[in-house]
Amino acid sequence: MQVSSSVRDPLVTGGKTIADVSHDISRQVEGKPSRLWWMSFAVSLGFLGFGFYCICYLLWNGVGVWGLNKTVGWAWDITNFVWWVGIGHAGTLISAILLLFRQRWRMSINRAAEAMTIFAVICAATFPLMHMGRLWLGFYWTLPLPNTFGSLWPNFNSPLLWDVFAISTYFTVSLVFWYIGLIPDFAVIRDRAVVQGHKLRANIYNALSFGWQGGAKTWMRYESVALILAGLSTPLVLSVHTIVSMDFATSVIPGWHTTIFPPYFVAGAIFSGFAMVLTLLLVTRVVFKLEDYITIYHIELMNIIIIVTGSIVGIAYITELFISWYSGVEYEGYAFYNRVQGPYAWAYWSMMTCNVISPQLFWVKKIRTSIAATFVLSIVVNIGMWFERFVIIVTSLHRDYIPSSWTMFHPTMYDIGEYLFTFGFFFAAFLLFAKYFPVINMAEVKSIIKVGSEKTKPESH
Amino acid sequence: MDADKNFLVGVFDDEDVLLNGVTTIRKSGVKIHEVYSPYPVHGLDEVLGYRRSRLPIAAFMFGITGTSLALFTQVWMLGYDWPMIIGGKNFASLPPFVPVIFEFTVLLAALGMVGTFLIASDLKPYKWPRQFDIRSTEDKHIMAIDLALNKGKSKAELASILKTAGASEVNEKNF
Repeated sequence: MQVSSSVRDPLVTGGKTIADVSHDISRQVEGKPSRLWWMSFAVSLGFLGFGFYCICYLLWNGVGVWGLNKTVGWAWDITNFVWWVGIGHAGTLISAILLLFRQRWRMSINRAAEAMTIFAVICAATFPLMHMGRLWLGFYWTLPLPNTFGSLWPNFNSPLLWDVFAISTYFTVSLVFWYIGLIPDFAVIRDRAVVQGHKLRANIYNALSFGWQGGAKTWMRYESVALILAGLSTPLVLSVHTIVSMDFATSVIPGWHTTIFPPYFVAGAIFSGFAMVLTLLLVTRVVFKLEDYITIYHIELMNIIIIVTGSIVGIAYITELFISWYSGVEYEGYAFYNRVQGPYAWAYWSMMTCNVISPQLFWVKKIRTSIAATFVLSIVVNIGMWFERFVIIVTSLHRDYIPSSWTMFHPTMYDIGEYLFTFGFFFAAFLLFAKYFPVINMAEVKSIIKVGSEKTKPESH
Repeated sequence: MDADKNFLVGVFDDEDVLLNGVTTIRKSGVKIHEVYSPYPVHGLDEVLGYRRSRLPIAAFMFGITGTSLALFTQVWMLGYDWPMIIGGKNFASLPPFVPVIFEFTVLLAALGMVGTFLIASDLKPYKWPRQFDIRSTEDKHIMAIDLALNKGKSKAELASILKTAGASEVNEKNF
């Protein structure tokens, strides 16, 4: 039986016992993939395949197959890069920052959110790599390795290089944090496989669990590692997206050269990341029957974070708009006048509606506790955040200082194709994760179920 | 090496009973080999008398290494080895070097600490653990008593101490 507080909503509903936790979550890993899983996987592979063709075509023919031109040197490539990196940040926030704030509601969502982070960062990394053109040369030229060009070193003053270090560190640390959390849960699946007599599964999950046993000493070290990793990951979340924003903020173009970008981008990243976590988890909890672990309370709390970060993003938009006029700098003023009523105004107003208006709907309790509304709005938010990056990049580039260079940007099939590649990869990877890895951190959830024994009297309420 | 190890295994259902039980058992002079739980039990390492982990110190050492390496590398590469005039700015100035220094510090601290954790806890992908009770990852807390370290007490005595302390089962396990 479960002993829960009379003042807080229970984090795990349905009167679950500790053994139930192992059973409910492991059975998804142990069963065969369902028809729905195969269909979703096939669709993802379809996108992946088409996108892979587009990428190969790009690498063979060069970056000219995209719609870029001399004026608009970055468009879909960097929009997608920033979009995916932003999405990744929610996972780290849930694992790391909420751990430091002792928010126990994070325990049932952090594993899936971190997996989402890792796959999102991989998707993001494909864009800077592909936009180099000669990927096979460029990917190691950014590293400070001795070479035959007189030992030409990379330019450490450039945010583009800071990005290389930031994104690779972020990916590595997130991967390690996620994997360390998985080790005890792989041991659960290993032991269940031993009991059920599945030798192959037991051996595979034993290897994955590094021979974990769960002794008190090991748990003590494990908690220490988790706390320090959380403490390291927190400034990482803030710094990585700040560095990504510096790609723009350290330039000289009106609409880019602004000090508001670091906090604006970080808030926007958390905003879009939580929306993507919601989109994924709302589906996962239904398909895997995990409604008792990822409850309406969890969804409501995530929506509240979306209101907070969405409001910060909204204030940033209004600040930018106001300062562009108040500064008296005619280029800055025109940049925003162009956004509001120029040829890309449709993109700007989509961004404003999706990002400023839709999260404000969550002030209404009925909406933020409604699954359908949350699902729809989470997708709307992600669309809006894509448009935000598109508006920042393309509208500032297509009309900057010299009117004779002004031109439009039109995406080609290969711009869209690479984006679809990343969607295909992301969903295929997430489906594989959901099938073969336990989607919820079993050990952590077990620690928050207080089971009253016969020796302690449960409180009646 | 572990030719013939004999253990007495106590099974506890509830973490609070376990915590009280550990205190009682240790008070009666029994040396506990280890307690295996499905999740980290708060306060367990204290009542078992374990010293605090030094992994944070290791993490700090790795971090300092990262900071120094990153700082030295950048200053040497752009300040001494091949200085270049970039935007008319100083060859090697601290503010633009901070992002890389910070990221590298975090990277080395994280990887170093996790590697140390795996080595210190003897976690290897090719190792099968010595299982005292298969339910230790499911929902039971398993206390292992090494008979070789508790020569002063008989098996029956130890079993009754465990039972009084709250163990729901007492089993024998030999390796």
